Amino acid sequence: MGAYIVRRVLWAILLLLVVSFITFVIFDVFPSADPAAIRAGRNATPALVHQIRINLGLNKPFYTQFWIYLKGLVEHFNLGYSYYNSESVKSEIFSRLPATISLTIGGFIVWMLIGIPVGVVSAIRPRSIFDRVLMGGSLVAISAPVYFLGLVSLFLFAKGTGQLQWFGAAGSYVPISQNVGQWFNSLILPWVTLAAAFAAFYARMTRGNLIETMNEDYIRTARAKGLREAKVISKHGLRAALTPIVTMAGMDIGLLLGGAILTEIVFNVPGVGRYAYNAITNSDLPAIQGTVLFGAFFIVFANLVVDILYAFLDPRVTYG
Amino acid sequence: MPLLEIEDLHVSFKTIDGVVRAVEGVSLSLDARKTLGVVGESGSGKSVTAQTIIGLTRFPNATITGRVMFDGRDLVSMDADHLRAIRGARIAMIFQDPLSSLHPFFKVGHQIVEAIRTHEDVPRDIAKRRTIEALRSVGIPSPEERFDSYPHEMSGGMRQRAMIAMALALRPDILIADEPTTALDVTVQAQVLELIQALRDDFGTAVMLITHDLGVVAEMCDDVAVMYAGRVLEQAPREVLFDEPQHPYTWGLLQSIPRLDAPRTDRLSPIAGSPPSLINPPHGCKFNPRCPYTPPEALETEPPLAPAEPGHLVRCHLPVEERRRLWQSLRQEHPALR
Repeated sequence: MGAYIVRRVLWAILLLLVVSFITFVIFDVFPSADPAAIRAGRNATPALVHQIRINLGLNKPFYTQFWIYLKGLVEHFNLGYSYYNSESVKSEIFSRLPATISLTIGGFIVWMLIGIPVGVVSAIRPRSIFDRVLMGGSLVAISAPVYFLGLVSLFLFAKGTGQLQWFGAAGSYVPISQNVGQWFNSLILPWVTLAAAFAAFYARMTRGNLIETMNEDYIRTARAKGLREAKVISKHGLRAALTPIVTMAGMDIGLLLGGAILTEIVFNVPGVGRYAYNAITNSDLPAIQGTVLFGAFFIVFANLVVDILYAFLDPRVTYG
Repeated sequence: MPLLEIEDLHVSFKTIDGVVRAVEGVSLSLDARKTLGVVGESGSGKSVTAQTIIGLTRFPNATITGRVMFDGRDLVSMDADHLRAIRGARIAMIFQDPLSSLHPFFKVGHQIVEAIRTHEDVPRDIAKRRTIEALRSVGIPSPEERFDSYPHEMSGGMRQRAMIAMALALRPDILIADEPTTALDVTVQAQVLELIQALRDDFGTAVMLITHDLGVVAEMCDDVAVMYAGRVLEQAPREVLFDEPQHPYTWGLLQSIPRLDAPRTDRLSPIAGSPPSLINPPHGCKFNPRCPYTPPEALETEPPLAPAEPGHLVRCHLPVEERRRLWQSLRQEHPALR
């Protein structure tokens, strides 16, 4: 197990290196706005732009730039400085982290709290009216993109702009340390919007897995033992049906981060996602790099956790 | 009075292809300390009959009629809670494939403890001690260590022993064994059958043995019922069934057993054709499409299960004398049947 974790961590580091290299190459090869020109402002002289380009090191070949970046990263855990405003990318990301963590963890909880119970309820009475309504509704949720769902939810439920003035509107986010009630209220719509498609997809997956599991021989054995049906489902059925769901969820957390970018923009939440969006519009390579690495790190980390967790969930799995 | 009496049991399932009539008017009885063998091909309704006894076929699409009398009560009409108290505790069941029948994510010991604690309000440590005793009594070596094993860490024979330990941990009156040896190696098969026999003798448990293997029946059953298309075609004490079988289907089954002591020239004769559809069964006798002797009335009406002699029931239109004569001539032709 120890050797397995070490091996996985080494692979993760290599993967992150490759990811940041690819980001550099893409930025260099594909046309984008000139960061020096953006930095210099509207009425800048060519000399000023040139000076900025030299200051930012943009005149050097991209592999040299990459090497400098890598050195800073490895030696000082330094993610560089924004081309746009010279702020440290690391401190910019860290200062926005609480908002993004609030959004994604809350979104993940809503995702699981809706997805799994809905799937279970549907699976227990397959083809009932209940099942059909829930599965039909989930199809709608899967099909609706985050930005559409977000705007609709703002139109319907947001204070100020909505038909029903229930929850916090766009831009109402405050840190949890400041006001817990407002923090919670401002994130309800973003959480539900972010989680909707995932919850719907997982409801369908849970339903399918559980229906399949309930036909297994060991479920018949559990019934033959004389267990209550509720216990047959909740213990023997779910134990087997949810194990693959946990693995899937670990991999899909990456997608959740992607969804968080759109959600943060729609609801004007000051998080890493919106920072990434601004970085891309400003051709701000260090900021793009920082957010890409940040995202990649969390995906790799979540996958590692899930793979280790899997050995505890399924005793047949061993790591060699 | 028999321990368990099945009376005119009918089980059918609504499916998208039509109504599957899996069991049609089966009546069987099982006495204490006895072993009843139920023999038939796949789809003959033997497993459905067995599972219906303890209510495992109560699916939303199932229709079940008839009676299953146990301890003066009818299990078919019994409500789910009362039936659950009997299931596992007084009537236990083991299944064909012990790997898929044990939950892969739970330790074997835990699965047996769970069975005990479902029916008896005993502390965990006492249930554990009893589980270890049960594992020991079915011949699992070092049961203390095996308690913590997962099913995939055991061999097939070991798993089936663990299933038997689970079934017998609560000392049931009846053990229903649904093809308990089919998924096992031949050498292990014999061990498991011996184990079931020994437990029956030690604890007085009645056994209902579902199998397609007449060799297994010859080995350990007191009475035998031959099932086909959801019906009993012939029912008799074991010796009678093997010495003087009276149904052409039973003859076919006996002829299709490979025998090491048979002369090489005596070829195996499988029964021609395949089991009938349970959605659209043939008219008249359900065996008539495969029967070499079909009398004309068998195409029109289904024969009743009638006594040929006391204790020997046969569902066939052929006259008793004719059946005896046919069996004698078959024996002449095939020395292996003697």
